[in-house]
This record gives sequence, C-alpha cells and structure tokens, in this order.
Amino acid sequence: MADVTASPRSRAGQGLNLRLWLPLTWIVILICAAVFAPLVAPQDPLMQDLMMERLPPFFMDGSEPGFWLGTDSLGRDVLSRMIYGARIALFVSVIAATTTCLFGSALGLLAGYYGGWWDRVISRLVDIWMAFPPVLFAVLLVAVMGTGLTSVIAAIALIDWTRFARVIRAETMVQARMDYVDSARIGGARRLATLVTEILPNVLPTIIALLMLEMGIAIIVEAILSFVNLSISSDDPTWGSMIAEGRGAIHFAWWVLLFPLIALFFSVLSFSTLGEGLKKRFDPVLQ
Amino acid sequence: MLLRTVLIRLLTTAITLFGVAVVVFTLVRVAPGNPIAMMLPPGATEQDIANLTALYGFDKSLPHQFVIWLSGVVQGDFGTSITLRRPVSELVLSRLPATLELSVMALFIAVALGGFVAVLGARRRNSATEVGLDLSSGAVLSIPDFLWGLIFVLLFGVLWPVLSISGRIDPRIEFDFTTNYYVLEGLLRGRFDVVGSTLGHMLMPAMSLALPLAAMIAQLLKQNLKEELLKDYTTLTRVRGFTETAVILREALRNAALPTLALVGVQFTFLIGGTVIVERLFAYEGLGNMAIDAVINRDLPLIQGIVMLFAALFIVINLAVDLSYTLLNPRLRHG
Repeated sequence: MADVTASPRSRAGQGLNLRLWLPLTWIVILICAAVFAPLVAPQDPLMQDLMMERLPPFFMDGSEPGFWLGTDSLGRDVLSRMIYGARIALFVSVIAATTTCLFGSALGLLAGYYGGWWDRVISRLVDIWMAFPPVLFAVLLVAVMGTGLTSVIAAIALIDWTRFARVIRAETMVQARMDYVDSARIGGARRLATLVTEILPNVLPTIIALLMLEMGIAIIVEAILSFVNLSISSDDPTWGSMIAEGRGAIHFAWWVLLFPLIALFFSVLSFSTLGEGLKKRFDPVLQ
Repeated sequence: MLLRTVLIRLLTTAITLFGVAVVVFTLVRVAPGNPIAMMLPPGATEQDIANLTALYGFDKSLPHQFVIWLSGVVQGDFGTSITLRRPVSELVLSRLPATLELSVMALFIAVALGGFVAVLGARRRNSATEVGLDLSSGAVLSIPDFLWGLIFVLLFGVLWPVLSISGRIDPRIEFDFTTNYYVLEGLLRGRFDVVGSTLGHMLMPAMSLALPLAAMIAQLLKQNLKEELLKDYTTLTRVRGFTETAVILREALRNAALPTLALVGVQFTFLIGGTVIVERLFAYEGLGNMAIDAVINRDLPLIQGIVMLFAALFIVINLAVDLSYTLLNPRLRHG
C-alpha cells in the first residue's frame, strides 16, 4: 500500500530500477552458466542412462541426488542440458541479433538518407518481406539452407532485417531534415561522411534498443526451430529440443518441459524489458 | 483523388504479390536435395527418373519453370504434392478452414479481452487498478504466442486436464462433414456436441495467439479512451446524468476506437502467421502444421502453395485494412 501514497515520481524511479536490475541479473546468470558450463553442470549433458530415465526433480518422491531437476526419457540430466543449452541460446542471440542489426540498420540508413531509388527499392523489399509469416519463412529458409546453427542465424538475419530497416529509415528521415545536417553539408562534409558521423550517432540509441529486443526474438526463433527439429542435431542440448521432448512426454515427465520453458521465459522477458526500457529512455517524447 | 489513391494501392499490391511469387519460387528451387529421387521406389531406372522429371517440369530452364508455375498459379493450379500425391490446391483448401476458424476465434478473444481491460482501466483511471492492469498487459505483451502455448500445455495438460491439448476435435465424435468448417457446419446443422468439442480443442491455441494482441489492444484503446474522457462532450454526458461506465461505452468508445481498429487490422496478419507454430504445438490439423510437415519432407510444390496462400492472405488483409481506414477516416479521405 505504501507505494500508492508515494509520489508518482519516486514510484516511477523504483519501477525503473527493478526493471533494469532484474533482467540484468538474469542475463548475468545466463552468461555465467554459458561460460562456466563444464564447471557448474552436475552431469554430462549428453550422457544417456536408461536406468535413470524420467527421474523426477528433487522435491518429488523417487528423485536421485545429483539430478536436481530430474532426467528425460533417455536418462539425461535436465539441469545440465539446460546449462549447456544457455550456451547455444546466448550464442545465437548475440550473433544473430548483431548480424540482423548491422544489415537492417545499414539498409534503413541508406533508404532514409538517400531517398529516391534507394528508398523505393528497399521499401518495396520490406513490403514483400512483411507478406511472409515469419515462422513459416524461417522454417522454409532453414530447409533450403540445411539445418545447423549457421542456417538458423542466417535465417533470423534474412527475416528480421525489416524490423531495423523500417524504424531506422523513419528515424533517419527525421534526422536528415535537422539543421545540424545542413550545417555539416555546408561545412563541406560529403554525404556518406555526414550519414556516418552526424546522423548515425543520433539514431544509435534506437539501434541499441532494437538490438536488445532482437536478442529476445532470436532466442525464441532458435527455440522454435529446435522445437521442429530444424536447428542443430536434437542430441545437442538446446532449450527448444528439450521442450519438444517434454511436449512429447508431457503426461509422463512434465519437468522436461517446465524447466527449459522457465529459462526461455525469463530470457525473453529480460531482453524485451531491457529493450523497451531503453526505447522509453531514449524517446524524447516520453522523457 | 480517392480513386487515384485506391488505384495506386492496388498496383503496389500487385507488385508486392509478384515479388512474393519470385522470392518463393527462387527459394524453393535453390533448395538442396532431389525431390524426384525421394518419390521413386528403390530400383527405379534412369528412364523412370527422366519421365518423372519431365512430368514435374524440372528439366526446363529456371525462368521457363517460373513462367509455367506462375501461369498455373494464376489459374489456381499449384501443382501436385510430391509426398501426398494430390493437387496442392485441394490439400491447401482442405486445411484452410481449420486455420481460419482458429484465427477468427483468436481475434474475437483478443478484441473482447483487450476491450474489456481497456474499458476497466479507463473506468478506474489513475488508481492502483490501472497501474496493475498496465503492468500485467506490459508483461503479457512481451511473451510471444509460442511461449503462451507451452504454458497452456503445461497448465491444462498436467495441472488441470480439463481440455484436450492435441487435435481439432474428439475423434470419437461421428459426424459426416461436407465442409471443413467444423464450428460453422456444426452450428448450422444443430450438432452442438461437434461445436463444443471443436471449440474446446481450439480454446488454448486461440488463447495463445490472442493474449499478446489483447494486451496491445488494452494499452492503445485505454490511452485513447482516457484522451476522449478529457474532452467537453464527455463532461456534457456526465452532466446529463449518465454513469461513468455509460459515458465510456455510449460516447467515448465510438470516438476512441478508430486507431485500435487499424491496429487490429495490421496485427491480425501477425496473428495468422503465429498459427504456424501454435498449430504444431497443439497438433491442430491446420495449414501451418501441414506447412512444417511439407518442409521436413521437402515437398516443394506443397510448400510453395502454402507460402503463397499465406502471403496472399496477408496482402489482401492489409489492403482491406488500408482501404477501409481511408474510407472511415474523413481526414484521410480529403487529404
């Protein structure tokens, strides 16, 4: 009840801090799990033991010490697979989101600043791209390029560049009309130099906010592709393949679905909360 | 002016549709793996392979193949599925009703739920209730449909198994469908057990698709309602003795609804796109589920047909939204 009586300003301040620190804490945990996976994982994530199949997690009867979150239908340790799964999730999210960001932002900057044919061609491409259902497009691209992490990353970049291109194009158009751009040009700066040294720094905050959001999206897309068995081999520990297995064994071993789902849930929520927070922070209208 | 706007819009739509056809065709043709080899039984001769290659037109040049394919598509002929050996158009049309019924149900849920939360938030504006609703719609929004689906699978599959988490209808129900619109046909023929079972199977996938959109509607509509409620005409209605809820429902809602309608129109296509993975998750026999099977089996003609249908659906919905927005909004009409 205390926060209802508190002034709106301090309430907003508290909310902002929690919205910053909770996601950051989760992401740091993820990074640690990914980096130190061999040290922190209690078991070998690939080790199968049919004597140990479908062991329940520690708080249920019949659990075994050392297998804290239970085992799947092949007797593999759920916790260890989740920890190793964080490696793949983070790797894909960082590499795919960065690639998407570079590719999409570059096209958005070009379309927004040069206008004319650049803008016409890029905008038409965006229109065509937006006509595809993203998940179906991703599945199709991976099927064309062959399964594997490289294909997953390429598919994400090839689909989601439009998110960056659309927003950065609009933002660049606004910036290009500002006086500082004119003065740079009058001062003798060439067009490309103006774009890179004058406009880019001003749209960079938006790019960073979108990059954060894209990391969350990339984690989900990787999970979806692993779920339909189009990412890396289903033996390798990914959250998506664990979820697919858990979905199949839902009536016998629900924990195989629950725990990777929790990891996926917090990761997506963390990246999107950070991204939305940054977006609001950098938006002059909302300040 | 209006006619010109409409004509330009129709022309760009046609260009986009053509672009989509080029992309789909190119992608599917560069796919590795020889689909002809997969169709033949072991021990097939060279002649068999050549015959079948010619039958599917794979022996011609790529531009030639594109022209053949496109002229077929224009006439509604999408070729023959390689794995199911039936016309693609027939297969796709048999699955389309399931996906449409699911999407429409999700849309209804999203609008009803989002609208309710928006009205409630506007009614209790500047209170703890509004803050609570804002926080929860913000959180609901950042969870995508795939995760909602998984959460529902766990909740209703394990904790409280009242709803089935697989399929489209209880397989024990005997009913001779003439169409594939189970809900519609069940209603028209008075078979409420069919309707009930289908709706029960659709509820969770539809909820998964609906929740993010509902949160978006709740946020936007509440914002617009609050703006309307500051205007003079609402004060006048209050002075005339109407309760706050009546002011919102009778007066403010009508004026605040236009931006939400535009949002719903655009987001409806994303919702339909979401059916692909949600159908997979709930083993729901719609187009999306068929599409993923087609990709896994490398059934090129079937993939082409499904992707083209989805893209055409998206483009037509966007066109309809744009045009109706132009017609509904007087400022744009004369602009």
